[in-house]
Amino acid sequence: MGAQLRVYKRRIRSVTATKKITKAMEMISASRIVKAQRAVAASTPYADELTRAVTAVATRSNAKHPLTTEKPGASRAAVLLITADRGLAGGYSTNAIKQAAALSAQLREEGKDVVTYIVGRKGVSYYNFRELEVTGSWTGFSDKPTYGDAKAVASDLIEAFVAETGGVDELHLVSTKFESMLTQTAVTARLLPLKLDEVQLSDESKAKHEIFPLYDFEPSAEGVLDALLPRYVESRIYNALLQSAASEHAARRRAMKSATDNAGELIKSLTRLANSARQAEITQEISEIVGGANALADASAGSE
Amino acid sequence: MAELHVELVAADRKVWSGAATIVVARTASGDTGIMPGHTPVLSVLESGPVTIRTTDGGTVVAAVHGGFISFADNKLSLLAEIAELADEIDVARAERALENAKSELDAHAERRAEVRLVAAGALGGHKLV
Repeated sequence: MGAQLRVYKRRIRSVTATKKITKAMEMISASRIVKAQRAVAASTPYADELTRAVTAVATRSNAKHPLTTEKPGASRAAVLLITADRGLAGGYSTNAIKQAAALSAQLREEGKDVVTYIVGRKGVSYYNFRELEVTGSWTGFSDKPTYGDAKAVASDLIEAFVAETGGVDELHLVSTKFESMLTQTAVTARLLPLKLDEVQLSDESKAKHEIFPLYDFEPSAEGVLDALLPRYVESRIYNALLQSAASEHAARRRAMKSATDNAGELIKSLTRLANSARQAEITQEISEIVGGANALADASAGSE
Repeated sequence: MAELHVELVAADRKVWSGAATIVVARTASGDTGIMPGHTPVLSVLESGPVTIRTTDGGTVVAAVHGGFISFADNKLSLLAEIAELADEIDVARAERALENAKSELDAHAERRAEVRLVAAGALGGHKLV
């Protein structure tokens, strides 16, 4: 076997091995999307009930709470950025990071200091590599977040928000919204201070436009709000984590699908090249034999 | 017989739903029993066992940690960050957690483990304080 042919054969073998890996990753991601979507669906009853309760308290009492109060002359804004722990997910993390950068630039333009909090190793390494300051980070759960993870993130952020000095005045969230298997968009939302009049309702409950009954609040409207609002923030962050996880899997599936397709294409064209190299080798051998035979024939004809 | 509709929801799943005649839960102002026709109420839950007496005479016990309860129009929503039905609770694990919490003087963890054990009926006769 000629050198050329051997090189092609070796490349085909290595691309085939890569293709097997990307194919496996594609299938794993595909199955995880379903799980992640199910997790989003399973968390909806809680989020809906919580939203309903928060709206009920907000409409039935005019209790003030630190988490809903706009701070005059806000000067420090926190940005929570949700990225992936692992790469090979196409533009998933990059898009979220870009979105966060745009938001930070906008906040700085408004004259606010930006404090960055990050979920996911990709975001952390991006910021560390560029020596940008990261105030807090959480890693290790981006593909399968639990409520406990959301709670840990939320408690730090709420603490920073209610701190008397050195805290933040606003909290923005950059996450990736799972719109469909094919579309995931990086979105930004202001989480704190909460605007109670535009508390998010899912489409179903929006349609109802219900009038809330006159609740008795125990121990008091303030006490209930005290307990509810942190839960509400947690639930919003939990939802963002779950959506981002589903988006991550969808992005990875798509990236791995095109990698598999590309590997297939590459194998095909390499096979063609290997075939023509083999054919060229054969042709050369034949012409060598023919040339040799002719030379022999000429030599013997000349001697006679 | 009058009945109320109960939804017990944890942060990441729906734990139980169905019809009941009375629900007893530990709120911030003490144990509260809710029967059909109760006035609309929204109150904060403490860590504790929740007892639901179903219309067919059965009893559902669950351990809940943190959350709140809201009742209106004969519909009761129990929302908890963590909620486990009695038969889902791993008694051995809760006992181990209780031992650990006691030795580490972690009052919250101790409370959580105790609530689990009471809900699972494994702390026979022990009165939760």
